[in-house]
Amino acid sequence: MTVAVSSVGTSAARPIRLSFDSTWLLWVGIIAVLLFLVVSPFVYLVITSFSAQGTGEFTFANYATAYGRARYIDALLNSLKLGAAAAALAGVFAVPLAWAVARTDMPGRGLTRILVLATFITPPYTGAVAWILLAGPNAGWLNRFFMLLTGAEAGPFNIYSFTGLAIVIALYSFPYIFIFTTAALELVSSEMEDAANILGAGAWRTMRRVTLPLALPAILGGLIICFLEAIALFGSPAMIAIPARFNVVTTQLFQFFGNPVRVEVAAAYAMPLLGVTVLLILVQRLLTRRKGFVALTGKGGERRPIRLGRWRWAMFGYAMLVATLSVFLPYLFLLQAAFAKAWGRGFSLDNLSLRNFHFVLFEHATAAQSVINSFLYAGAAATAAVILTLGVAYIVTRRLVPFGGILGFLCVAPFVIPGVVLAIGFYAAYAPPPLALYGTALILILAFTTRFLPIGFVNASAAIRSLNPEMEEAVRVLGGSRLTALRRVVAPLLKRSLLGAWLLIFIPATRELSAAIFLYGPNTKVASVMIFDMSEEGNFEYLAALALILQVLTLPLLWIGMKALGRDFMLRRNAT
Amino acid sequence: MSKLSLRNIARRYGAVDAVADFSLDLAPGEFVSLLGPSGCGKTTTLRMIAGFVPPSAGTIEMDGRQISSPATVVPPEKRRMSMIFQSYAIWPNMTVGENVGFGLQVRRLSRGEIDRKVDAILDVVQMRGLKDRYPAELSGGQQQRVALARAIVVEPEVLLLDEPLSNLDANLREEMRFEIRRLHDEFKITTVYVTHDQAEAMVTSDRIVVMNRGRVEQIDAPHVLYARPRSRFVAGFIGRTNFLEGSLQGSDVRFDGFSAAASVLEGSNASGALLYSLRPQAIGLTTQKPNGGRLAVEAEIAGRSYLGEYWDYQARPLGAAKPLRVSMGPNAVFEIGSRVWLEIDPAAMVRVE
Repeated sequence: MTVAVSSVGTSAARPIRLSFDSTWLLWVGIIAVLLFLVVSPFVYLVITSFSAQGTGEFTFANYATAYGRARYIDALLNSLKLGAAAAALAGVFAVPLAWAVARTDMPGRGLTRILVLATFITPPYTGAVAWILLAGPNAGWLNRFFMLLTGAEAGPFNIYSFTGLAIVIALYSFPYIFIFTTAALELVSSEMEDAANILGAGAWRTMRRVTLPLALPAILGGLIICFLEAIALFGSPAMIAIPARFNVVTTQLFQFFGNPVRVEVAAAYAMPLLGVTVLLILVQRLLTRRKGFVALTGKGGERRPIRLGRWRWAMFGYAMLVATLSVFLPYLFLLQAAFAKAWGRGFSLDNLSLRNFHFVLFEHATAAQSVINSFLYAGAAATAAVILTLGVAYIVTRRLVPFGGILGFLCVAPFVIPGVVLAIGFYAAYAPPPLALYGTALILILAFTTRFLPIGFVNASAAIRSLNPEMEEAVRVLGGSRLTALRRVVAPLLKRSLLGAWLLIFIPATRELSAAIFLYGPNTKVASVMIFDMSEEGNFEYLAALALILQVLTLPLLWIGMKALGRDFMLRRNAT
Repeated sequence: MSKLSLRNIARRYGAVDAVADFSLDLAPGEFVSLLGPSGCGKTTTLRMIAGFVPPSAGTIEMDGRQISSPATVVPPEKRRMSMIFQSYAIWPNMTVGENVGFGLQVRRLSRGEIDRKVDAILDVVQMRGLKDRYPAELSGGQQQRVALARAIVVEPEVLLLDEPLSNLDANLREEMRFEIRRLHDEFKITTVYVTHDQAEAMVTSDRIVVMNRGRVEQIDAPHVLYARPRSRFVAGFIGRTNFLEGSLQGSDVRFDGFSAAASVLEGSNASGALLYSLRPQAIGLTTQKPNGGRLAVEAEIAGRSYLGEYWDYQARPLGAAKPLRVSMGPNAVFEIGSRVWLEIDPAAMVRVE
């Protein structure tokens, strides 16, 4: 709010030129902040990749090192394969569910949405831990049940494999495709389908020839986002791929960051990840902007659910199967582990205990503090991002300055920078003197702010665009200043949307791992890093307790969001 | 002295002249409409008067004091005007009473006085009972009344209205036209009204400015505008009309299918093509040849439509290429193909550019 206000500074009777100057100053100020947050880490990333360690001289040696070994190249290829496999699987999970929820009379549509939301707010690393409990070789619960039922010597499931990793990633990224696809399907009006029916097409042909093609760009867009999510993910691969003795880009980057820190090589090695992301985001934008998709943005008209008849329950069964894999089983065994003295001893009363919670909350040296840190940093970052993007969105939408589009572009640009890459850029830019921010809370807050600027901007500009400028003009013509208009009309009307934007940043920021793992210091450990550390130590009972605490603390926020913005506020397209 | 003077104002956007060389003087208490098709510059002109848009050239004065020029613009909040917007711009976060009282609050009136004035104006617009409602609970017409009350209660020097009725359905729109004129007669506020609807402009206004492509076509009282349009655009935009193209031949002007003595037509002394506008209402249809000073032209009924309030006939003068449109009362029935006489008053033929 403060950002937009200073354009009002000039007293009204003075000529308009003066206020023009002050908005110009404001523009320069915002540009400076965005340069600091967005451009400079990126520029430093590129420069560092060409700098010799220590001397800083120009060199190609980092690239030679980064791509000089077969196993480094293998890690790159593994990431691409993993992304493709996870995206394809996620599509298999998400598309039928999206269609059933958006267009059919499947029972339990509301329940399905809630379960997708539950999946969506489960951090991928928490899901990965749950699946280690479920499908670890020998000790995993699924294997134990299998052995119990069949009497076999060993179970068939092994999470520590490429397939295992792909499944786990797909299970926790399919909500992206679900969100994209339902959004598109909800815009296909029944009339379009009626038009096909009246020309003689049956239900299946209509779906194949009309409905699906109309939603196809959105589905592809969702697949791309899933692919990018999979290749940028750090937590799940680190927990699963490393024990399985293969590397992906992000785990390899982490190793370059291990002792001694070779940030120059890491920067060089991050380039393909950045390049692939930029390229695919462009493809995704092109897809969803094509003509076929524009038709969907018109007035949808009336929508009637398609009658599935006997297939209703089959569809419901499929939805519950997916939910069993992503929610029911994982949470059941996370709960078991969190309340168990030893998770391997199974479900018996004498194994029940609250000790894990007590330990995590009161005895462990940093666990409780890490949760507090997560919430503090996420809160600061969400507040900063909302204020900044609101100011930019207001200036851009009301065309208060020339070239406002640049500001908007800078706000959405971080969308194409994977968290890992962003963290390396921040490290390269702000870890060395003079700022020497490494290990401070500030560098985490700044990195989170940058990472979530796009969410803030998309929501803030949607909110401001929904406000008719005549609302503000009416204030001014009656004698109120622009400041009065902001205070009395704009702020009260945007309250809800801004709260929504804040939550949409805050909730994922409390779980952020990919950037935090590269930037935290001894005193700034956040909950996600804490969970990751515990998984390396094999303390699954403590870990489960901490992960559940984090989930439970999120529930009131979700509740507030749903009260203020509607049940689906996290599953709308501008949420991602 | 005039209340509001616009002197040669212009507004350019890039290479486009949204408004060019616009001059207008409003007398205190006068109601003037800016009328024209969309994109004619009427809203830009209104926004220049309000102070939202600075002029590229020219000046605006209120009570003799300059309020707009390309160099300096008094901002909207210092102009003591008020405005009604196309979207009404009723603030949904405030009740009806708070909306109406807002301008008075900004003017720092006492709470008691604000209450008194708000109640009084809500009585005038018949909204007293809905003072504590929120705008979302109001119909379009009621929101319109709130917008009117909010704009009038501050007793503005000038009231600006930007297509205020375009979001209402047809019946309500007609009712609100009269309401706006009634409020004007009651409060005598100098008013500028922007619309693309000629009937609205004619019902409400003392004078109408017809605009086209950023330029003023004609400024006149409604009846003058209708009876004596000065340009082809005005004649065609205000009401329906027949355009007659003629040329001077000797002492007669030859039209398509008939001719008239140049001496009885206005502006007929010019050489080259002459263009006249003749309203369908100014033509009579008879079965017998009329006598008297009027022009009589023999014609054939080529088509007709019945619109309830009148017949719309197409009558082609014998030997002419194009039929003329003629309005007759609902009882004047002529069959298609029948021979009739057109009775034209030469004084109703208006020379246009």
